[in-house]
Amino acid sequence: MRTRYFIAILLAPWLLTAALANPYETTLSNGLRVIVKEDRRAPTAVQMVWYRIGSMDEVDGASGVAHVLEHMMFKGTPSVGAGEFNQRVAAAGGRDNAFTSRDYTAYFQQVPKEKLEEMMQLEADRMRHLNVDAKEFAQEIKVVMEERRLRTDDNPQAKLFEQMNAVAFQAHPYRRPIIGWMNDLETMTAADAKAWYDTWYVPNNATLILTGDIDHQHAFALAEKYYGVLDSRPLPARKPLAEPPQEGMRRVNVKAPAELPVLIMGFKAPILRDVDKDSDPYALEMLSAVLDGHDAARFNKHLVREQKVALSVGISYDATARGPGMIYLHGSPAEGRTVAELEAALRGEIARVQKEGVSLPELKRAKAQLLASQVYKLDSMFGQAMEIGQTEAVGISYRKLDRILEKLQKVSASDVQAVASKYFGDDTLTVGVLDPQPLDGKPRRPAIATRH
Amino acid sequence: MKKLLTATCAILLTQSVLAGVKIEHWISPSGARVYFVESRVLPILDVQVDFAAGSMFDPAGKSGLAALTRSTLDLGAGNRDESAIAEQLADVGANLGGGADTDRASVALRTLSARDKRDPALDILRNVIQRPKFAAAVVEREQGRTISALKDAMTRPEAIAGKAFWAALYPAHPYGQQATPESLSALSRDDLQAFHARYYTANNANITLVGDLSRSEAEKIAESLVAHLAVGEPAALPPPPATAPGATVKLAHPASQAHISIGMAAIERGDPDFFPLTVGNYTLGGGGFVSRLMKEVRDKRGYAYSVYSYFAPLRHNGPFQIGLQTKRSQAAEAIKLARDVLDGFIKEGPSEEELAAAKANLTGSFPLRLDSNAKILANVSLIGFYSLPLDYLDHYQAKVQAVSAEDVKQAFARHLRPAELITVTVAAD
Repeated sequence: MRTRYFIAILLAPWLLTAALANPYETTLSNGLRVIVKEDRRAPTAVQMVWYRIGSMDEVDGASGVAHVLEHMMFKGTPSVGAGEFNQRVAAAGGRDNAFTSRDYTAYFQQVPKEKLEEMMQLEADRMRHLNVDAKEFAQEIKVVMEERRLRTDDNPQAKLFEQMNAVAFQAHPYRRPIIGWMNDLETMTAADAKAWYDTWYVPNNATLILTGDIDHQHAFALAEKYYGVLDSRPLPARKPLAEPPQEGMRRVNVKAPAELPVLIMGFKAPILRDVDKDSDPYALEMLSAVLDGHDAARFNKHLVREQKVALSVGISYDATARGPGMIYLHGSPAEGRTVAELEAALRGEIARVQKEGVSLPELKRAKAQLLASQVYKLDSMFGQAMEIGQTEAVGISYRKLDRILEKLQKVSASDVQAVASKYFGDDTLTVGVLDPQPLDGKPRRPAIATRH
Repeated sequence: MKKLLTATCAILLTQSVLAGVKIEHWISPSGARVYFVESRVLPILDVQVDFAAGSMFDPAGKSGLAALTRSTLDLGAGNRDESAIAEQLADVGANLGGGADTDRASVALRTLSARDKRDPALDILRNVIQRPKFAAAVVEREQGRTISALKDAMTRPEAIAGKAFWAALYPAHPYGQQATPESLSALSRDDLQAFHARYYTANNANITLVGDLSRSEAEKIAESLVAHLAVGEPAALPPPPATAPGATVKLAHPASQAHISIGMAAIERGDPDFFPLTVGNYTLGGGGFVSRLMKEVRDKRGYAYSVYSYFAPLRHNGPFQIGLQTKRSQAAEAIKLARDVLDGFIKEGPSEEELAAAKANLTGSFPLRLDSNAKILANVSLIGFYSLPLDYLDHYQAKVQAVSAEDVKQAFARHLRPAELITVTVAAD
């Protein structure tokens, strides 16, 4: 109730009127879902196609294939030559790219609104007609290996995170890196990528999202024209994949050239499955905001500024995903302080919430920030399309976004205290430590003390 | 002929849309230059205050002073300590950001435009700009954190390459002088206060306001942001950088990829060659997935994930840079290839087809540069800070259209001399 009241006075009247029906939604007969959010502020438009297929759908020995296929999607169809997709988008004055996550793979273009139809034609074409050419594959797989070197192999923090997930998850495919293990990339073939495409790239496994200066009826008609002609095909059954309960603390150390140690503490955490019935994920979101929502939130205030035990510190929690969840506390110790001291300090902050709870002003502040961020989000058409896509990709309707905000606004101080007590036990904890090594390979000062 | 007409119409059409982005400009009574774009669609106000107070004004031996001054500016001001500032901003849902680069130091506020949110947020912004405390304990702590972060950055190949590149391009100029643990350790609270007093002045300020606000409110707010600052003098620029001789800098590192930068000091902000260089660079390495560098280095050979080139105009000659990363054993081939592509382009310029593609993208994508308040703020603050013409955006597409292949060739010849190119590699075999 309170949410609606605030939004009513904040937003311009025309937005309110539009909000009654906007976004608009339809489903084509081939199963493609189409969601259109009209936003007439500027003469531009965004198209996104989200496939409900990500690295979690891969199998051992073929890690990285979802992402490699994303690269191959720019390599042409019978009617669009290799590289021509990017040329056509560029010629239209557009920008395009794609991204692969554990849960989904998505493609987008931002264009002047007159060019949207051409983008829809192009994107629909590669949904079912991709060439996976062996020669193009041979070049592109090298590019992906360079991407892995850049983003993971030479990035100590990313390497630590990769190793940590490989330890925190044992059965669930979240244990594999999205970009794939180097060995799997080295042995991957064009046929692997083609099989992936043939299995998963069908309209009934996709959501088309359009935002910007467009009329939804017209957009639906264009979707029917270009995407409606594509055949659907039954998808392979996807069995539920559960990670067995963790029954004891796990630790992983990674050595890499660096100056500063890094500590990541990852606890198994709940994921939002039922927007109406669930409550813990909302409380964990608010706990995160109270601990790390601004520069004077508890983590920064206590650990960086007052105790000076951390150089930097943060918390990371994503309440939505197809697979299991984690909440991460992370940071680097301040000069002269150890990883063990930082770990103890982070545990101390959680313990304080467990014992004393959080104050009403802290909670109110977190909610005010949340409310403002909902308004700021309207400044980006791309951001609005992203929000719809990410929500839908994990199996939650975008129509529930308002309800999620309402539930967040209703979280109480005792809810926050309860989740702090429930989810930060040692038995579901995985601790990752980056043990920094000198660049020249020669031993530095005595190794950073860590708790073993 | 038909094609030409279509292109012309497209320009007219876009310009009529852009009539919505109307920049109002005035000088505040205290002497700050003010730029205002009224946009009532969303209940948001953005205010950015830019001072000519970037690292180019670091005194000799005090590298890092401009950055540390800016980063401690909002950690206590007026009667608020650092916690009160952060908490009160959060209470009204406002965000305070900004930073310092070589030329400018920026303080940027995004707030809801409702008075009960906006007014407290603006009061904090006013105090941060005019009455920073630079409390000794805070300065000392941030000094230590900055040193630690710098030491860590100096273990990463991309940071090592970036610093070596700037040092080689600007050997005896503030652009090439960079903070070291030693220079940072030597800074004192007095240095920060003196730097603030000298450079954070009304005459040295550009204020940009975008959003849900009337002109008369904008006038009041702008003046209130600088009214208690010293009027001051516009910052005196250091002399322009001397030409650096061509060089090759090779630094060892255990990474699996070599980080490669090739470039030289090339262009000042406001130089009329900006348009031919921008159009030409689109073909060379600026045009995302369709540039020559991308095709040769990535698509044909799989040498790199990321390869690009750009011109970064600054107050003084800013850099031209080609950047890429490739596995260390093939660094030499990748450098040779990138140089061949560059040399070929300098010699021949773009083909007519490439030129048309560059213009189509740069003019066609223009609406995407202005489709949010955040983007309008970035464009208008840049126009203000570098004193570009107020109708810069209105003529952007026409200036791009007017560029010929010969213009590109001549501009590249004027600004890039292959013998003066500097190549920096980190972690190459």
